[in-house]
Amino acid sequence: MSLVLKNDADDNWGPGCKLGILRKRAWMLSSIRHFFVVRNVLEVETPILGQTTGTEPQLNFFSTKYAGSPDTSDGTFFFQTSPEFAMKRLLARGIGSIYQICKAFRNHECGRLHNPEFTILEWYRVGFDLNQLMKEIEELILGLFAHSQVTLSASEHISYFEAFSKYTELDVPSASVSDFIQVAKIHSLDGAVDLCRDEVSDWLDFLFSQLVQPHLGKDRLTFIFDYPMCHASLARLKPGETDIAERFEVFINGIELGNGYCELTDAIEQEQRFRHDLHQRRKRNLPTPTLDKRLIKSLEHGLPECSGVAIGLDRLLMLLTGTKHIDEVLAFDINRA
Amino acid sequence: MASYNTNEFKGGLKIMLDGDPCSIIENEFVKPGKGQAFNRVRIRNLKNGRVLERTFKSGDSVEGADVVESEMQYLYTDGEFWHFMDQNTYEQYSADEHAVGESKLWLKDQDVCTVILWNNVAISAVPPNFVELKVVETDPGVRGDTSGGGGKPATLETGAVVRVPLFVRTDELIKVDTRTGEYVARVKE
Repeated sequence: MSLVLKNDADDNWGPGCKLGILRKRAWMLSSIRHFFVVRNVLEVETPILGQTTGTEPQLNFFSTKYAGSPDTSDGTFFFQTSPEFAMKRLLARGIGSIYQICKAFRNHECGRLHNPEFTILEWYRVGFDLNQLMKEIEELILGLFAHSQVTLSASEHISYFEAFSKYTELDVPSASVSDFIQVAKIHSLDGAVDLCRDEVSDWLDFLFSQLVQPHLGKDRLTFIFDYPMCHASLARLKPGETDIAERFEVFINGIELGNGYCELTDAIEQEQRFRHDLHQRRKRNLPTPTLDKRLIKSLEHGLPECSGVAIGLDRLLMLLTGTKHIDEVLAFDINRA
Repeated sequence: MASYNTNEFKGGLKIMLDGDPCSIIENEFVKPGKGQAFNRVRIRNLKNGRVLERTFKSGDSVEGADVVESEMQYLYTDGEFWHFMDQNTYEQYSADEHAVGESKLWLKDQDVCTVILWNNVAISAVPPNFVELKVVETDPGVRGDTSGGGGKPATLETGAVVRVPLFVRTDELIKVDTRTGEYVARVKE
């Protein structure tokens, strides 16, 4: 045990990371842009401040007031938790495959792998299925790692249920909450019952993060695919299935790097999911943003069949530089901002 | 005492857990893909030194612990209590055997230790990382053997027993790493 006395006012004016990391960041960004230029994917910018935002109950947003709002609205604008909705409105207008590198904002999220303001790379490929998109992600990331000290071995693809049965004693499709409680007990994950109560989806998330995720992507890319519908978010239902969503996540060394969907194009189902989210928010006494009617309208107009993914670039930079904390790859983390 | 939100958790923060003062060693914020955020926290119980892991729902609050770590000079023991003096205030504190625990093996008069006070009572004393102690008893070494292999036990003035190289003799002063209880070097007086 050592005595740590820290005077916050001392020398916090400088960046929290090494300058070499910022050079590596600049290199990473220009390499990514080059990757998309070559593939004829268009770079776009969409608003950081929007009149609506994502409704998912587990996302906490930042909001502010716009002084120029008409009297009929209360002037609330939201810092976007991801650029997804605006990019889909461009897709519906027929822009073709697009990508964006932007800041996204999530309140409360702060830790070794989280900073409330972070950098997202989000891209959409019109006409791609999930396999094609996963292939492209692999090309992008392996290309970046080819210029780093870290060598990645051949990528791995495992389904969500397979990953669960590989690293836990659980057969998810047949498991009940009492099985989840049992597994938590075996692995001395105290506090799990308080956290997850009798919500299957919370249990799956919790156990996955504690027992499965740490094993994923040991010096390689691991893609987890075929998520249960309760974790579908904005992914569509897999054709021919009743409870599997066309969603994947990609991991390196236990760190979640990105999340991809074969995008839901059904306006009615999208609106239902939004309403379900808002209902959950009200139940938990969380603020309820207005539903993004413009997104619904754009889906009614017609979103082309497409797949999209969001990659956390700060985490990618951590993996490229072998750093352990997100603060080591940000010029000024939230405590220095 | 103030309470702390999980957002304020960080290494070194002192909180109350199950009625005992604890120190956070490591705090990991976990946000599963689409699920509820939580904090997985490694915590040291400051009374017994045990390390445990706990899960807190993000946004929950816990009571802070009135714990102060002070640099104190070790004065003496009367057999029942170990007495220390705060280097800044010159106030004296006594700690019982339970509070000093294993540390008593490394406490030497005048040495400066870190004493942990909870509600102004000493609950733990941490000796310096390195202490110099006299060997009071050890077998005579074999001549010519100066290598590190083998070694032999030596009893020190505080009662601690450490393994030392064969060339170390009774009445010599040696340097010991108190974190591992291992011999570091011989010290010339």
